[in-house]
Amino acid sequence: MWDYNDKVMEHFIEPKNVGEVKNANAVGEVGNMSCGDALKLTLKINDEGIIEDAKFKTFGCASAIASSSALTEIVKGMTLQEASKVTNQDIVDVLGELPEEKMHCSVMGMEALQAAISDYNGEALPDSCDDHEGRIVCHCFGVTDVKIRNVAKENNLHSAEDIKNYCKAGGACGACLDEIQEILDGIWREKDEAEKGQSSQMSIVQKVMKIQEVIDKEILPMLEQDGGGIELVDINGNIVKVKLQGRCAVCPTSHITMKHTVQDKLREYVMSDIIVEEVK
Amino acid sequence: MKKEQKIIYVDNNATTRVDDAVFEAMQPFYCEKYGNPSSVHTFGGQVMKDIENARSSLAALLGTDPKQLIFTSCGTESNSSAIFSALHLCPKKKKVVISKVEHPAVLNVGKELVRRGFKIEEVPVDKYGRIDLQRMEEAVDDDTAVVSVMWANNETGNIYPVEEIAEIAHKHGALFHTDAVQAVGKIKINLSESNIDMLSLSGHKLHAPKGVGALYVKRGVRFRPFLTGGHQERNRRAGTENTPGIVALGKAAELALEHIEYENTKVRALRDRLEKSLLTLVPKTRINGDVENRLPNTANISFEFIEGEAILLLLDRMGICASSGSACTTGSLEPSHVLRAMGVPYTAAHGAIRFSFSRYNTEEEVDFIIEKLPPVIERLRSISPFWSENA
Repeated sequence: MWDYNDKVMEHFIEPKNVGEVKNANAVGEVGNMSCGDALKLTLKINDEGIIEDAKFKTFGCASAIASSSALTEIVKGMTLQEASKVTNQDIVDVLGELPEEKMHCSVMGMEALQAAISDYNGEALPDSCDDHEGRIVCHCFGVTDVKIRNVAKENNLHSAEDIKNYCKAGGACGACLDEIQEILDGIWREKDEAEKGQSSQMSIVQKVMKIQEVIDKEILPMLEQDGGGIELVDINGNIVKVKLQGRCAVCPTSHITMKHTVQDKLREYVMSDIIVEEVK
Repeated sequence: MKKEQKIIYVDNNATTRVDDAVFEAMQPFYCEKYGNPSSVHTFGGQVMKDIENARSSLAALLGTDPKQLIFTSCGTESNSSAIFSALHLCPKKKKVVISKVEHPAVLNVGKELVRRGFKIEEVPVDKYGRIDLQRMEEAVDDDTAVVSVMWANNETGNIYPVEEIAEIAHKHGALFHTDAVQAVGKIKINLSESNIDMLSLSGHKLHAPKGVGALYVKRGVRFRPFLTGGHQERNRRAGTENTPGIVALGKAAELALEHIEYENTKVRALRDRLEKSLLTLVPKTRINGDVENRLPNTANISFEFIEGEAILLLLDRMGICASSGSACTTGSLEPSHVLRAMGVPYTAAHGAIRFSFSRYNTEEEVDFIIEKLPPVIERLRSISPFWSENA
C-alpha cells in the first residue's frame, strides 16, 4: 500500500475540476490504456491568452488523479506563457510529495499541459506516450530518448531506476535498462566535463596527479581482481602510456582491457580526449 | 481508514486470520512448553510428541502418511526446496518446466535458474487461464528434471489438472512438484491416491500464523535438503523446529478438514452472490478465470476503463480489504503477469479486483460490498476519459 499524504488523498477523494470544459480551445491528451494511465486536459483560453478554465479526465491510480487535479488548480488563471513553464515538480509541490515510483504521474500532468498548449498554438504535439519524436528506447511504453533526456535533466535523475519512476521507461520487460543508463551516463558526463574543463585547462602537474590517482583508486583494484596490474609510464599531451603487469600483460585480450577499462575510466574521471597506449 | 471502523476482510488469498483455536493451541509453546524437541531431558523432548501430532493432523488433511511431510518456514521455502532438490538429484538434466501463471515464489526461482545456466520453459495458458496440456506434452522432454505447476492460482483461483500434468512429467522421467499454497484447506486433497511427487503448502493461508509451511515428499522420491545443519525433520530440513508454528499448523489443518465442506458450500455461496450481484449491477464487468473450475473462495472481477488502485483505495476508506491485479498497487508498471498471460485486454486488466473469502466472512459483509462498490466504480468511471466513449 502506498503511503500517500493527506494532500494527495484530498485531491484523489475530492478531485478539483473533473470533466471537460465546454467549447474548449486547447485539448491535451496523453497516455493510453495500455500505459496504465491517461489524461485528457481541456482548457478554455481567452483572447488575452489567459487560461480561464481547466478540466481533466483521468484513467489511472490515485496519484494520477491527484496530479491531474493539482495541475488544473495550478494553471487556472495563468497566462499561456506562465503555463508553458509549469513542470512536473510544480505539480509535486502542490501535492507536497509523491512516492518515487509514482513520479511519472506528475510527468504525465506536465505533458498533458504541453500538449494542450501545442494544440492551442496549432503546433504538432511534443513528445508523449503516443508520439515518436526522437528514437524509441523503451518499446513497452513507447518512450523516446528525447523524453528520457528531458525528464532526466529536469529532475536531476542519474539512474535507470529513477527514469522508470518518472516516465516508466524500462518498467516492463527491462530490456532497455542498459541503454537508458548509457543515455544518462552520457548526459551527466557531458555536464561534468563542461564543469571539469578540457585537458588543456589542466596544468601538467595536476594532470599527472589526477591520472595517477585514478589509476590507483579506480583502475588498479579492478585489474588486481583478475591477478593483473598496471603502471603509468609517461604522459604526453592527451596520450597516456601505461604498462600492463601480471596476468594482464600476457592476457590475449589486453587491448580490450586497455580500451574498455583503462581508457574509459581515465576519460570518465580526468579528460574526455585521453588516448591510452600500451607499452610492452 | 478511520479508526475503529469495521474491517471487511476479503483478501484471504493474501493471508488469513489466525483461528482462535489455533492461537490457543500454539500459546503454551512460548512460555511453558518452550523446550527444544531435540533435548534429552523430558521437558524438551516431550515437545516432539506435539510436533508429531501436528504432523499427523496435517497428514490427515492431505490424505497422506505423516512421515512424508517436512515442516518448513513458509511456502516459498518449500517451493525452492522441492525444485532445487530435483535439480540436484538429476545433475544431467538441465530443464525445468513451469506455467506462465506461477506465483513469483516459483517464477523467480525459474529466473534464478536461467542465470545459473538451466533452461526454463513456461507453458502458456488460454484466455480463461487454463493450461494447454498439449503444450505441456511438448514442453516436457527427457532433459527435464522437474515440472512445477501450481494446484490453484492465487489471482484467479483456477484449479489446474495436477494429476494429468504429473503423468506427463513421469512419462519423461521428470519429477512433479505442485505449489498447493492456495489449494490446501480450500479443496479436498488426497495424496494417497496421487502421483504427485512433491507438494508445497503454507500455514498462513489456512488460518495458521505466518512463518510455518510444509513440504510433502512422496515416499520413494529422493530428496536433498535445502537447509543443511542439524538432524531435524529426519535430516531433511535442518534448523530448530518452530514448535508454536508447527503446532498451530497442525491445529489449523484439523480445522480445515472439518470446514472443507463449508468452504465448498457456504463460502462458495458468498463468492457467487458477490459475483452475480456485481455483474448485474455494474455494466462492463467481467470475471477473469475458469468459472467452472476454480477455488470456491476466489472472485477476480474486472471493472473496465478504470484502474484498480483507485478502486482499492476508495474501498479501503470503507474498511473493505481486497487486492488488485493492477500495476499501480505494487509499484510495477505492468498489470498482473497472470492476467497478461491470459491475454486479458488492458482495458480490463488494470481494473481487476480480487475478492477472496474465508469461513470468517458473512452474508452481511457481502451485502455491504454489493452496496458500496457500484457507486465507487461509477464515480471513477465518471473521471475516466475512456468511459464516456465506451459507455
